[in-house]
Amino acid sequence: MNTKPKIAQIEMAHGAGGKASRRLIEGVIVPPLANRTLQTLSDAATLTIEGARIATTADGFVVKPLQFNGGSIGSLAVHGTVNDLAVSGARPVALLATLILEAGLSGEVLEAEMEAMGAAARACGVEIVGGDTKVVEHGMADGMYVSTFGIGAIDERLTLGPQSVRPGDRVLLSGPIGDHGITILLARGELELESDIASDTRAVTPFVQAMTSVAASGIRWMRDPTRGGVATSLNELARDAQTGIVLDEESIPVRDAVRGACEILGLDPLHIANEGQFLAILAPEIAEAALQAVRAVPGGEGAALIGEITTEPVATVITRTRYGGTRVVDMLVGDPLPRIC
Amino acid sequence: MKYVDEFRDPELIERVAREIRRTVDPDYDYRIMEVCGGHTHSIYRHGLRDILPQNIRLVHGPGCPVCVLPMGRVDDGLSVAGQPDTILTAFGDMMRVPGTKGTPLEYKARGCDVRMVYSPLDALRIAQNNPEKHVCFFAIGFETTAPSTALTILRAKAEGVKNFSVFCNHVTILPAIRAILDSPDMRIDGFIGPGHVSTITGCRPYEFIANHYRKPVVISGFEPLDLLEGILMVLRQLRAGQARVENQYRRIVPWNGNGAAMRALADVFELRPYFEWRGLGFISQSALKIKPAFAQYDSEVRFELPGVRVTDPKAAQCGEVLKGVLTPPQCKLFGNACTPEHPIGALMVSSEGACAAYYKYVAKPVEA
Repeated sequence: MNTKPKIAQIEMAHGAGGKASRRLIEGVIVPPLANRTLQTLSDAATLTIEGARIATTADGFVVKPLQFNGGSIGSLAVHGTVNDLAVSGARPVALLATLILEAGLSGEVLEAEMEAMGAAARACGVEIVGGDTKVVEHGMADGMYVSTFGIGAIDERLTLGPQSVRPGDRVLLSGPIGDHGITILLARGELELESDIASDTRAVTPFVQAMTSVAASGIRWMRDPTRGGVATSLNELARDAQTGIVLDEESIPVRDAVRGACEILGLDPLHIANEGQFLAILAPEIAEAALQAVRAVPGGEGAALIGEITTEPVATVITRTRYGGTRVVDMLVGDPLPRIC
Repeated sequence: MKYVDEFRDPELIERVAREIRRTVDPDYDYRIMEVCGGHTHSIYRHGLRDILPQNIRLVHGPGCPVCVLPMGRVDDGLSVAGQPDTILTAFGDMMRVPGTKGTPLEYKARGCDVRMVYSPLDALRIAQNNPEKHVCFFAIGFETTAPSTALTILRAKAEGVKNFSVFCNHVTILPAIRAILDSPDMRIDGFIGPGHVSTITGCRPYEFIANHYRKPVVISGFEPLDLLEGILMVLRQLRAGQARVENQYRRIVPWNGNGAAMRALADVFELRPYFEWRGLGFISQSALKIKPAFAQYDSEVRFELPGVRVTDPKAAQCGEVLKGVLTPPQCKLFGNACTPEHPIGALMVSSEGACAAYYKYVAKPVEA
C-alpha cells in the first residue's frame, strides 16, 4: 500500500529548529521508534540502570564555516552537548564523539579542531572517552561534521519539566541573545556586513550549578535556546505546559551589534540561535536569589528576568512592547530570511 | 542604538498618541491606508494598534512587492531554474513564494542551483565568477529596488558580461494606488505614503491623490514615532478639511526625489502597457520592462518562458485583503489552510505581507 509521505522532501527549514523541525521529529522520526522515554522529547533522556539514574544526549554539528569569531566546530560540539545535559538537570560526566571527515580536509584544520575539543572538554570537566571516525569523498561534507553523545549524572535535587511550571513563575535568561547566530551569518561573508561580534559558545554548567546551589527546589524547567532561538524554546514550553508566557521586551538583553544586524536584515533576535545561554523558569520566591547567583558567576553579569508565566493566553508567548502595546512571539518559521526593503 | 532608539522613545510616543486622541473626532470611523508593507510590519511588530483610538482603522495597502506578484510570474522565473547550466538568484523574500510546482527553496532542495542574494550586484558577481553558467536575477520590487537593478544592467553592459540576465518584475506604486482609489468598494480617508519608494521618487508624484481625489497623503518613516506622527498629520489635515502631500520622513526623503536613480530607471526601463497584479488584476502602465537596447540582459527575451496565467485558489481572498476590504483574519483560509509555513496567498509569504504580519504578531498561532 502506498501512502503519501508526511514530508515530501527534506528542506533546509527542517533543520532550522522551528516549526518544520518539530513536524519532522514528531511526524516522521519519533512514531516508528515510540517509547516512553522518547515521548518527552527533552534535551536529554533519563535512564535508570540498576538503580542509577543517568542522563544521555546526542548532538550533531555541521556548522559552516568550521571556525568563526569566538569558537569553532570542536569547542561548539563539546559545549552544545554539555549544555543539553546541564539544562536537563544533570552534571556532565563524559562524551563520545564521531567525526565525519571529508577527503581534502587539511590536517592543520583537523589538528586545531581536536585541540579545541580537548581544551573545551577539560574546561568543562568532562572527558571524551570514545568515538568513531569516518571519511567521505571530497564534496560530500563541508570539511568535517561532528556527532556527539553525552552522559551525565542526574542532580537529584532538581525536578524539571513543563509539568512543574506554574502561573506566576518567572523567566530567567542568562545573557544577551543572538550572538552566535549573527556571528555565523556574518562569518559566511555573503552580507558584506562586518562586526566584532563573537559567538557566545560556552558551557552553561557553572551558572546552572550556582543557581541550583541557592534555589534547587524552585527551578521548574531549563532549556538552552539554540536553533530557533528564545522564541522557539518558550513557545515549546507554553505548548507543553499549557500556559501563557508574557515577556517584557525591554528587559531582554540584546547587544547593539546584534540588534543592528537584525534591524538591517529584518530578523528578530528572539529567533536567532545561541550556544552559551539558557532559559530557566523559576518559582517567584527564589527568582531574585537565582538571578543574583547567576550574575555572581563571571560571564553571568548580563542575566535578567525577562517575563513570567501566565494562565492566559494558553500555549502562546507574547511580549509587551515599550509603548504598552503587545505582540505575539511565534516560533521560527523556516530559516530566517532577510527582507529586501 | 543610534537613529533607531530616538524614534522608539516611549515618552515621545505617548505624547504623540495623546495628541492623536485629542485630534480625532470620536464619532467618525477613520480608514487610513498605509501603502507600504514595511509600515504594516512595523505597526504589528510594535503593537501600535493597541495605542491608537479604536475608531482609527489602518487599512493595509498594496506596497508589498512579493505579495502582488502573480503565481504565473513565479512559475516563469522558476522555469529558468530548471534549465541546464543556469543559476537563479533572488532576494530572500522570494525564496518561500510558491509557484504551482513549489517554492524556490523547494527547487533548490531538488537540486536546482537557486541562490539568495542581497543585491543584484551580487548576482552579477556570481555571473562573473561562473562564466560557464548563465545567471538570472529574479527582480522584484517597487521604485525602491528598481534603480539597483537598472545600475546592475548598466554595469553588466559596461563590463561586457554575457552570461547574465534579469527577469524583470519591477512595478510602480502609483497606478496601484489609483486603482484602489477608483475601486467602488473602497473608502479611504487618507494615506500614509511609502517611505522607501519616495526616497527615489520624491513626494511630487502623489499630488494627484491630494488634488484629484482630495485625500491627504503623508510620506512616513517606519519607526513607531514616524508612523504615529504620520497618522497625526493625516488626522490634522482631515480636521482642517485639507488634502495635501506632506513629508514626515524628511530625514530620508527629498521632496524632489533622487535624480540619479530616476535617470538610471529611465535609461534602462520602459513602462509595460499593462501588468497583472495579484489580487488587483491587470493595471495599465504599472510595471517596468527592460528596454530593447538591453535585450541581451532580459530573461524574457533570452529564455522561452511558459507565460501561463495561473489563477489564485478561489477560496483565498487576497484581493479583498490587499484592497483593505477584508482584514486578514476575515479571509476563510487565514490561519488554517494558509499559514506562513504553507502560504496559499502571497500576503502570507513575505514578512511585509499583511496576513503574515497579522499572523506573526497578533493572531494566536494555530497549532498544527
